[in-house]
Amino acid sequence: MSNDFRARNHPAWWAFLVHRLSGLALSVFLPFHFWALGQALQGEARLDGLLRWTEQPLVKFAEIVLVLLLAAHLTGGLRLLALEFLPWREWQKSLLALAAGAALAAGLAFALAL
Amino acid sequence: MDMLQVSVWRGAASGGYRTYEVPRQESQSVLDVVTYIQRSIDPTLSYRFACRVGMCGACAMTVNGVARWTCRTHVAKVAQGNAIQIAPLANLPLVKDLVTDMREFFDKWARARGQFVPSATRHEDFARVASDSPGRVAANAGIECIGCGVCYASCDVVSWNSGYLGPAALNRAWTLVNDVRDGARRERLAAVAGDAGCHACHTHLSCSERCPKNIAPTAAIAGLKRAVAIAAWKGEL
Amino acid sequence: MGAKAETWLWIAQRASAVLLAVCVLAHLLTIIYAMRHGLSGAAILERTRGNAVGLAFYSLFVLAIAVHAPIGLRTLCQEWLGWRSASLNWCMAAVAAALFAFGLRAAWAVFA
Repeated sequence: MSNDFRARNHPAWWAFLVHRLSGLALSVFLPFHFWALGQALQGEARLDGLLRWTEQPLVKFAEIVLVLLLAAHLTGGLRLLALEFLPWREWQKSLLALAAGAALAAGLAFALAL
Repeated sequence: MDMLQVSVWRGAASGGYRTYEVPRQESQSVLDVVTYIQRSIDPTLSYRFACRVGMCGACAMTVNGVARWTCRTHVAKVAQGNAIQIAPLANLPLVKDLVTDMREFFDKWARARGQFVPSATRHEDFARVASDSPGRVAANAGIECIGCGVCYASCDVVSWNSGYLGPAALNRAWTLVNDVRDGARRERLAAVAGDAGCHACHTHLSCSERCPKNIAPTAAIAGLKRAVAIAAWKGEL
Repeated sequence: MGAKAETWLWIAQRASAVLLAVCVLAHLLTIIYAMRHGLSGAAILERTRGNAVGLAFYSLFVLAIAVHAPIGLRTLCQEWLGWRSASLNWCMAAVAAALFAFGLRAAWAVFA
């Protein structure tokens, strides 16, 4: 027999899923990011062309999601480091809430500055 | 009389759920429900239990999707309306109905070097271990495990990596790593290293969330991760 | 892979994570700063070109990524795809090399 979502429905499991999926998404995004920055080798005009492309609403939305994922992977990762390297305390759920809050704040800061 | 609709797994891995009507009673445990079905409705139902009071760890099953001791789980706590679903523990080979084969689970304790290896003989004096020494405190945190398999059944790393030693075996190893009388620290750290060992844990915390004894195997595994990494750093692995 | 190699992968994953924590924080702040100071190609490149500190920082960032990402992807492939053969390790080594080379090229393009 195998478990279904009922066995997994608790905060730390969801945190794991966010960490894994955000890591995967960032890994897929990175080659495109590097390629886009590499366009600067062909002069400002090429870079400008790309930056104009990113002003479309859908691309902008994708950017916000990516920043949110990056922030979530960062805060989730800090939480994991705290869990694995600091003395164990009954603070795991508080840490989790803190990580989620900080990630949301960073995503919001980016979204509002746009 | 209020009736419970109890959906119970019947047969081996290729079986299915069958529903039984069980009279609902006050302070009824899930184990009471299973026992009622076996004694009053269908004597062919197989399940395992011994003490009925949360000491032996034999009666663990999956109740409404979550691994639990059935003897210490009140129907009132888990029933959704009048419905309960009872299945065998996950991550273990199914023998029949609610009975799983626990061999692999206990073999992994042995593979994690879960045996105490004395470093002194009977001719020497007793070891004196201060109850507030850090090692003793760390060992105490995990020593109450009774091997019910709830953590092992709840662990997704076990589901995804069948060789993974699992929370209970690693928790046991950590209590011994912290036992100053034990003489096999190096061998034990080597046994819990690698793809099937402590570093495979993703800190889902499902084990710590579900443990009926409120042990946090995740904490023990984190300790092993650090100890094994330090051993590798020193070239002792 | 043997137990020793797996342990070192874990150490590399955690060490790179600590480095990345600092890098990503700085990167997020840079993004927000950049958005407030003009996002045209000229405005960006004017700030970055010839910035040796920026080049060094982002080279280190790229190195940490090239270590961190393939180790995580490797575990994902093992657990969710059941891909456990030696070919996975070679594939991830190639991913690491490609991320490193491609990332350095990007840092060079912006900061050199």
